[in-house]
Amino acid sequence: MTALVFDFVPIWTLILGVGVFLYVLLDGFDLGVGILYGLAPDRDARNLVMNSIAPIWDGNETWLVLGGVALLAAFPLAFAIILPAVYFPLLVMLLSLIFRGVAFEFRYRDAEHRTFWDHGFCYGSMLGAFAQGVVLGAFIEGFEIDGRHFAGSSIDCFTPFTFLTGVALVFGYALLGAGWLVLKTEGPLQDWARRLGRVAFIGVLVAIAAVSLWTPLLQPSIASRWFSWPNIALLSPVPIATALIAYWEWRSLNDRSEVAPFVGAVLLFVMSYLGIAISMWPMIVPYKYTLWEAASSEATQAFLAVGTLFLLPVILMYTGWSYWVFRGKVREDIGYH
Amino acid sequence: MSLDPLFLSRIQFAWVIAWHFLLPAFTVGLASFIAVLEGLHLATGREIYFRISTFWIRIFAVSFGMGVVSGIVMPFQLGTNWSRYSDATANVISPLLAYEGLTAFFLEAAFLGVLLFGRNLVPRWAHFVAALMVALGTLASTFWILATNSWMQTPAGYTMVDGRFAPTDWLQIIFSPSFPYRLAHTVDAVYITTGFVVGGVAAFYLLRERFVEEARIMLSMTLWLLTVLVPLQMFLGDQHGLNTLERQPAKLAAIEAIWTTERRVPLNLFAIPDEQAEADHYVISIPDLGSLILTRDPNGTVRGLKDFPVDERPPVAIPFFAFRIMVGIGLLMLALVAIGWWLRWKGELFDERWFLRLCVLASPLGFVAVLAGWATTEVGRQPWTVYGLLRTADSVTPSLTGVDVALSLAGYSLVYILVFATGIALMLRIVRGGPAAADAEPEDEIESGRPQQPVRALPVGRAGSRT
Repeated sequence: MTALVFDFVPIWTLILGVGVFLYVLLDGFDLGVGILYGLAPDRDARNLVMNSIAPIWDGNETWLVLGGVALLAAFPLAFAIILPAVYFPLLVMLLSLIFRGVAFEFRYRDAEHRTFWDHGFCYGSMLGAFAQGVVLGAFIEGFEIDGRHFAGSSIDCFTPFTFLTGVALVFGYALLGAGWLVLKTEGPLQDWARRLGRVAFIGVLVAIAAVSLWTPLLQPSIASRWFSWPNIALLSPVPIATALIAYWEWRSLNDRSEVAPFVGAVLLFVMSYLGIAISMWPMIVPYKYTLWEAASSEATQAFLAVGTLFLLPVILMYTGWSYWVFRGKVREDIGYH
Repeated sequence: MSLDPLFLSRIQFAWVIAWHFLLPAFTVGLASFIAVLEGLHLATGREIYFRISTFWIRIFAVSFGMGVVSGIVMPFQLGTNWSRYSDATANVISPLLAYEGLTAFFLEAAFLGVLLFGRNLVPRWAHFVAALMVALGTLASTFWILATNSWMQTPAGYTMVDGRFAPTDWLQIIFSPSFPYRLAHTVDAVYITTGFVVGGVAAFYLLRERFVEEARIMLSMTLWLLTVLVPLQMFLGDQHGLNTLERQPAKLAAIEAIWTTERRVPLNLFAIPDEQAEADHYVISIPDLGSLILTRDPNGTVRGLKDFPVDERPPVAIPFFAFRIMVGIGLLMLALVAIGWWLRWKGELFDERWFLRLCVLASPLGFVAVLAGWATTEVGRQPWTVYGLLRTADSVTPSLTGVDVALSLAGYSLVYILVFATGIALMLRIVRGGPAAADAEPEDEIESGRPQQPVRALPVGRAGSRT
């Protein structure tokens, strides 16, 4: 290969960052729908709630595969250290996703055990969300590392902090799911989604506050990132904007707007994601390897970047089209069953 | 009791990938079959193709969902249990896996939603395009995952930097020496697998004298397909074997249980390989045939396992027996296709009950053959993950304890047994219900709910035409 002088790391940081965020957002709302599903008043409501995501959940979950594989491709050292460190949360996440994924078909086909698969769908979504939150918390706390390997134990990741981030993500996804349901349903079911959305919102607010206070206490580097001068002035728009969005989200959950609760939830996720990115930058294996140190070879990043930059817009186009086909309020009768 | 994380990780990987593999082995072929049916329906307007397609789409939905969720497990296995392998090979194989996601998974997922739920929401041609895209996606996925696997079998286009693989030539990496053979052999295998399932279901209906019209079309189409694909598979398998002889001679020696390098090697039909004694017991063999098949010359020399250091030899029994199961099934399939043609020539294809019963019995054979073939090639690659270069023992995650992996393996075992048993039972239930159940759904109610929808204008006249 010819020697490349172009630095692909920023591009890959962006692709991975956007890819992971799209996963969190997209599977976030359908996992959230799954969490709320268990609280739906009756079977008709459950059918509608599930139908609102049935045609799209599979595509949403594909971003998880892309996120995992893009991490392997762009920052393999991070992949090789972080995944063993979160061995059990990932196991729980994968098994949970299996349960909730097959429940879409099984609850319909396996009528004798519908209640079992209903529970599988709800608890699978909840546990999957919780496990992802534990992964996030473990990432923020950092890992015990020896050279190029994780050197700690597989249970290191279970701490009070990761428990908090796990619960936080369950509330966060539930808020996204409630926003989605307000968007996709009408009448009493929509009112129900708004009510649950308000509960989830309060949970989210408490969680954001707790994580924001706890994180700087965990890591001095994060504390100095946010609280040293002039950062404290430059970064102050982040908490201020978050507070404004939160106020707006609360209002829209209480008035009649149909789109705003979902948009507000998305924006809260954007701000939280941004906050974590600011805390972590430029580490990809906290607090040991930077993005550049963990990067794959230039030839690898270049070869994959060419196709990705061409394919991602195409993917977004036809994924957008598939969402457009199912636009509007969800209906009971579009199934192929 | 000491639990070995390496051994348990290997069992776990074999367990999750074997179950996962069964689904693409079925859905790749089924996606193509559905696309063909949708195309025929679009072209001829004959409603029977629509009925058959709707029926198989319902089975496809169950199997594809299971394939997706069991597939998500796979890339994470590389990180959780095989982190040193990931660290060493990422520069080379990761783009292939990423391109699989980018070219296949999103395509499948986006158009699957439209295929399953969008029949009444999009024009008929768009629904056909969705079927076509799903089929294309499954084939693209096959392409990339086999490119990755083939590179592990016959690595090319790389150089070593600090003990890790670095890419030098992407075309060589993707089209590694065993890839064309493996791709052709595997794609043919999964199409044949689907063919025998479709044929078996058709035979089941003919025996019960239900859905006879649908069953005749399915069985007839299947027989045409298998007539081409089964003999072709014999040829492709032979070519793949010769490639293995050239590129992975130790694997081939294990497949044939040949210990001593010599000329005029017999073909072992049966034996009990003994790795301690470096010999075979209870041998039933045909003289010279091994050399004739492998070198095209009865006097040809074939290398035996003793030519390789003990710590570079694969286990012998698994590749030896798995290979014989695969080839045996291939021969059975060929016989069944030949009988089918004899009956068709006599005009009794749809009536001969013993043949229809054989077809029902044969419907799971493809899955057994695919798993046996996979076991042959993967166990035959041992003791390496990247053949000749990276040992399996050096690939496992160093931080794992035996208890960690025992717990995860228990979790995967329980969940997979429950989910796969249910999934298979539900698919059999759909088969018993038959194509007619597809029409029983109240699909005419779709008119309510969403007014002024531009796409509705096109397919409106069709809703009534199929009842």
